Amino acid sequence: MAPSPSAAAGADAGKPLVILPGPLFPELAAGLDGRFRFVLAADADEGTAAEARAVLVAALAPVSADLLGRLPKLELVVATSAGVDHIDHAACRRRGIRVTNTSEVFAPDVADYAVGLVVAVLRRVAAAEAYLRRGRWAADGDYPPATKVSGKRVGIVGLGSIGGLVARRLAAFGCVIAYNSRSPKPSAPYKFYSSVRELAEESDVLVLCCALTEETRRMVNREVMEALGKDGVLVNVGRGGLVDEAELVRCLREGVVGGAGLDVYVNEPAVPPELFGMDNVVLSDHRAVITPESIQGVIDVVKANLDAFFSGKPLISQVQL
Amino acid sequence: MESLGVLLVAPMNAYLEQELDRRCRLFRLWESPADRRDEFLRAHAASIRAVVPYAPHGVDAAMIDALPSLEIVSSFSVGIDRVDLAACRARGIRVTNTPDVLTDDVADLAVGLAIAALRKIPQADRYVRAGLWKSKGDFTLTTRFSGKRVGIIGLGRIGLAVAKRVEAFDCPVNYYQRTKQEHPSYTYYPSVVELAASSDVLVVACPLNEHTRHIVNREVMEALGPKGVLINIGRGPHVDEAAMVAALIDGRLGGAGLDVFEDEPNVPEALFGMDNVVLVPHVGSATHETRTAMADLVLGNLEAHVAGKPLLTQVV
Repeated sequence: MAPSPSAAAGADAGKPLVILPGPLFPELAAGLDGRFRFVLAADADEGTAAEARAVLVAALAPVSADLLGRLPKLELVVATSAGVDHIDHAACRRRGIRVTNTSEVFAPDVADYAVGLVVAVLRRVAAAEAYLRRGRWAADGDYPPATKVSGKRVGIVGLGSIGGLVARRLAAFGCVIAYNSRSPKPSAPYKFYSSVRELAEESDVLVLCCALTEETRRMVNREVMEALGKDGVLVNVGRGGLVDEAELVRCLREGVVGGAGLDVYVNEPAVPPELFGMDNVVLSDHRAVITPESIQGVIDVVKANLDAFFSGKPLISQVQL
Repeated sequence: MESLGVLLVAPMNAYLEQELDRRCRLFRLWESPADRRDEFLRAHAASIRAVVPYAPHGVDAAMIDALPSLEIVSSFSVGIDRVDLAACRARGIRVTNTPDVLTDDVADLAVGLAIAALRKIPQADRYVRAGLWKSKGDFTLTTRFSGKRVGIIGLGRIGLAVAKRVEAFDCPVNYYQRTKQEHPSYTYYPSVVELAASSDVLVVACPLNEHTRHIVNREVMEALGPKGVLINIGRGPHVDEAAMVAALIDGRLGGAGLDVFEDEPNVPEALFGMDNVVLVPHVGSATHETRTAMADLVLGNLEAHVAGKPLLTQVV
């Protein structure tokens, strides 16, 4: 399914041109088959680059100022992800290039995983599982009591489509929800904190669901972790860069924070090896977003955004940069 | 209640043990060797007026016979299937349990296990810890939890708490119970097989008794099907464990999240090698917060009994 310049010149002639910074994953390629003329950025000659109006970014392939500079007529960048931190915001803003994402599509899966991590960390599900599978229940007796989920104060950083669903789900567990975001949301029935440190101070669990931007990079630093406290739990389903990772490892080791559920890391797929021996953390491989259901949703949203753009209609999921 | 002789059948909670020791005359059954417990009971039979058992260590007819002064069994659990209720009734011995205080914990774990089983959370954790993300790439794709049809066997306190939680995930709720009660937003099925056939996730949340032993049998598991997931936070004997292991091996059942087993603490070894199951060692109510609340309820029942006041949570 890899696009090639020869195909572009042949059967695809007349179809809207879309530049790809990296190859499409098979399901997406199959889902969009026959509708567009795809050209890999690396294969695009100057003439092709000069006429391109749209870019489609599979997964988290970087869209640098360099690449954008090669595409003088570019108007649209379609992302297949919820977060768009891999796309150069400043360059897009300057040139009025619009960016679309898929966070609505991913929201239920990310929110489910975030709740799964909250329960797994507080109730020690992964550690209790390992205890049982090693035969220790029969040999060494009951697994020690863990921490209750119901009634905990949960602070959500970023009350967008994902954060909103996390809030709704954990409220049904009897948790008390508060949040931090760029500005208060008048429609949200939860308490707003203007700083993450204050939110951490008032929370037993802090869930990171916000976008990674220059303002949010390393927003969870030592001060925030100290405010969360020794019984506090950090869950990150946003981006690794939201957390000072080295400091998090230190805080977990020193007992400054009580535990963590982490789906994302600073240098994926590298995970700080110190975490591997800790039974108060639950780790995963940046997979909260991905299920067959969400992949189908991505295909639908990408298709709808591209179709809307090329027929001059309003975009489905434009991001405010 | 300094004069109340209380037999604690096993170590179950440090706070409970400390308070019983402080407030009563405490006898610790486990301190005598297993082959000399009859002797131990005989020696203290005149003094023991109360027994505190918990889920895996109950009170059988033999123990009741051995304790002629027994007045009350105050169980450190909500389930009292290991207490011989008939023998208690016959002797006029009162029985209390610890309902309500553990409802949230068990429901939290039930939903946590359902998400963990569908999204393979412990499996992904093992994968990352083994360094496989870096060396072999992403872990396997898993199914969405939101929107799945959740079937609940037994819409009592725990079942309703599970229903309330999964509603927030936009999961349609189906249920079965022996005596139908109206729940306008949930769909009733008159049999467990029909419930399983119409559900993606089946949660066992009913009490264990002669009607519910092996309520999840081969036929039910086949109705749940190769994509279905069984969650048991009730009691091990609710499920025909051998049939479940066979169904999981053959792929007739998709997966399971299990907190309870038929012969605890023994778990069928065949499950240890499976990647489509999440197994935890009967930790449904195992949180510091809830264990303290359960201990306070056991103590409160014993105090009410001694003071001649109504018991807080009387079963018999």
